Amino acid sequence: MELYVPILVLAVLAAGFAVFSVGIAPFTGPKRWNRAKLDAYECGIEPTPQPIGGGRFPLKYMITAMLFIVFDIEIIFLYPWAVTFDKLGVFGLVEMVLFIVTVLVAYAYVWRRRGLDWD
Amino acid sequence: MTDTITAPTIEYLLLSPLLVVFGAAIVGVLVEAFAPRYLRAAFQVPLTLLSLVAAFALVIFVVVKDGVPNKAAAMGAVAADGPALFIWGTILLLAFVSVLLIGDDFVPSAVAVPGSVEEERAVSEGAAHTEVYPLVLFAVGGMLLFAASNDLLVMFVALEVMSLPLYMLCGLARRRRLLSQEAAMKYFLLGAFSSAFFLYGTALLYGYAGSIDLSKISTSLSSVGGQDSLLFIGAAVLGVGLFFKIGAVPFQMWKPDVYQGAPTPITALMASGTLVAAFGALLRVFWVALGNLEWDWSPVVWAVAILTMVVGAILAITQTDIKRMLAYSSIAHAGFILTAVVATAGAKQNSLALSGILFYLVAYGLTTVGAFGVVTMVRDPGGEAWHLSRWAGLGKRSPKLAMVLAFFLLAMAGIPLTSGFFAKYAVFSAAVSGGAVALVVVGVVASAIAAFFYVRVIVLMFFSDPAADGPSIVMPIATRGVVGFAALATVVLGVFPQPVLDLASKAAQSLFVR
Repeated sequence: MELYVPILVLAVLAAGFAVFSVGIAPFTGPKRWNRAKLDAYECGIEPTPQPIGGGRFPLKYMITAMLFIVFDIEIIFLYPWAVTFDKLGVFGLVEMVLFIVTVLVAYAYVWRRRGLDWD
Repeated sequence: MTDTITAPTIEYLLLSPLLVVFGAAIVGVLVEAFAPRYLRAAFQVPLTLLSLVAAFALVIFVVVKDGVPNKAAAMGAVAADGPALFIWGTILLLAFVSVLLIGDDFVPSAVAVPGSVEEERAVSEGAAHTEVYPLVLFAVGGMLLFAASNDLLVMFVALEVMSLPLYMLCGLARRRRLLSQEAAMKYFLLGAFSSAFFLYGTALLYGYAGSIDLSKISTSLSSVGGQDSLLFIGAAVLGVGLFFKIGAVPFQMWKPDVYQGAPTPITALMASGTLVAAFGALLRVFWVALGNLEWDWSPVVWAVAILTMVVGAILAITQTDIKRMLAYSSIAHAGFILTAVVATAGAKQNSLALSGILFYLVAYGLTTVGAFGVVTMVRDPGGEAWHLSRWAGLGKRSPKLAMVLAFFLLAMAGIPLTSGFFAKYAVFSAAVSGGAVALVVVGVVASAIAAFFYVRVIVLMFFSDPAADGPSIVMPIATRGVVGFAALATVVLGVFPQPVLDLASKAAQSLFVR
């Protein structure tokens, strides 16, 4: 049972921090209201009023987010490889280079197809 | 830091068909990125076709040089055994003919709203999505890996590599755009759902067996006690993911909608290649990993097989869209193949049933690609003539085409002298000698029901009068070649099936590696 005590303490600390942060914010933070701040969800796109049928909205964020995922996945594999670099030796290096080159192909595609241009 | 991790041994030659297909797909992406627009198709089409041919040649080369390997490759992750090599050859062949069908049926610009100014501009610029080719190669690579994966996580990765490009390809039809996009969305949502089921089943089976390796799961069946709920729920949930991919009832809902909406060449690829790959994976999971659990899963597969055959055959009768009809017929065929999946008892029986399934997959795959190829040829002003009433009297307007389609339909119905007859005979006889006589009776009845709607189309084509403004026939050279090849294969496999039957039984001899 004692094994679980640190987890319990961590849970209490986490909950305490969350409650404290939310509780203290109204008293300490500056209050500058505007329309965007009062929106239900702040995402950079006007949620209301929308044209009939939903209309069109920019996909710029999606491409940025997808590009982020590409590099996110890359770093997930790079990190454990870096930690065990000595043990894996040449085989690991070759595999990693192959992997990075493959990711680079995806990146080159995004770049050439103007996924990096904002407008 | 003195201790080292041993580098894994990888049988590069054995896996070379996979590597060629994936490598060509990556090169295809680079072509998309760097080649000017007008040159892309000129690069992509030969690249795709050549890589498929090269991969096929490598499969043959591997078999001729080293024979059929008797243990799993890549540290037990991939099993390129007899059945897998046979399935690889089948998928590569089917992919090759499907790629030949992929000509002009793709949308100029997928981001443009159908009917908008942007789309008109894309059409007038002659834009085309040549990404179709690398996407098809990725999907085909996923299919190859899916049928050969020897552990559940590799199988899941393969499932996603296969499915994600197909979701996109489904939405790229040039005409009837909204239907196509709806199909892509439905396929994506339901497919993602079924992938989640698959992953959940993997997790539960890992919890039971302590391994994701199929053969280790198999050995753990006799050694792990008291965890039966994990095992049964895991196996059932994993089964949901796999049954979804083959379109077995009650997980068939996506199939008619997706087959109808997707561009017809992609439908041909899905109806042939994906079905073959999914059966490869299904057999591997149920025979290798859960083979010793047969007493528990076979009643469930019995029920699924009966439902699949009956529902597929009966619902096909009410269809008025030719592609939807072929989709329901594909569901019924999945049911017919499932009868042989149930028939497992002893190694001899296994190899008999397995060779029957392998033959069925080749025969049905080629016939169905041919049938969809014919569908692409019959055009109305607004695209393909999808409504069955438009096909009335086709036999009088263009007798050759109608006869070829009639022949494909008869092959699907399993009439003697077509490949469908020997295919059905092979799976049903395997099921009978496995003791599933009742299942075969249902199968024969369902075949009779299915024959009704196949023959109805034939009657419609030959014995009703053509409409005054009937559809026109477009015959691109590649499509004509594919349909001719499929018809030839259907005849040859129906009259002289022995070489392929021998090959299938040789591939099945070694069974799946464990």
